[in-house]
Amino acid sequence: MDVHQLDPDKWVDEYADYLYHYAAGRVNDDTIAKDLVQETFLAGLKSAKNYKGTASERTWLIAILKRKVVDYYRKINSRKGSAEVRMTYQDSTDFEGDWLEEQVADPESLRENSEVENEELGMAIQDCISKLPEKQSVVFTMKTIKGISTEEICKELGINASNLWVLIHRARTALMQCLNENWFNK
Amino acid sequence: MITCEQASIICDKVQYGEASLWERVQLWYHLIGCRNCSQYSIKNEKLTTLCQLAKLNGFSRLEKQELKQQLKKSI
Repeated sequence: MDVHQLDPDKWVDEYADYLYHYAAGRVNDDTIAKDLVQETFLAGLKSAKNYKGTASERTWLIAILKRKVVDYYRKINSRKGSAEVRMTYQDSTDFEGDWLEEQVADPESLRENSEVENEELGMAIQDCISKLPEKQSVVFTMKTIKGISTEEICKELGINASNLWVLIHRARTALMQCLNENWFNK
Repeated sequence: MITCEQASIICDKVQYGEASLWERVQLWYHLIGCRNCSQYSIKNEKLTTLCQLAKLNGFSRLEKQELKQQLKKSI
């Protein structure tokens, strides 16, 4: 079995957006999601000596982030006093005994499933982006995710428009291949 | 007639709404006779749809730099 090693210098470039996507899907707040990622990295550094190398670096960081998300909800619930569970009870005796079934998730509802699927898709795309060469990843992220104009990107990175489109083309081709392997054929 | 390389770049520009009318006409004409570029064009549109579906977001370059500095201090 492979023994993995930690490389904290690469954490931000390789996992920050991936972890962000995971956190954002759970806390629904951009700033809190970013804070949780930051806390995850700091906690990772603190407990680096406990890393045995049996899981990949990313899996290990996700495990820390999961605990951070749970801690976050514990903290906000303790602030409120306790977690709130809202249930609607019907007075009519015709509905007696139905209240429990009302709380069960509707298996026909596709909304939750598609949200989970889109979140997984987002993580798969972020994972593929992190595997791109740095310049391609930066240009693709600025153009596609941040929606920055071609002119501004060229100015900021000191490249011309033709270079930008070549980088975008290479990034898109690599992403299509990566998603084909890791998303469509998984 | 444009080359496949030019066609694929225009196809990418189309994904960001940055291809001119003349470029789109040239691309359309090229795609009629080129199976490889037609397939690339279909996949390219699919990638755009997937990126929109996933509602991608993340750290800005500046935020990443700040985060790196903070981690460096903690090491």
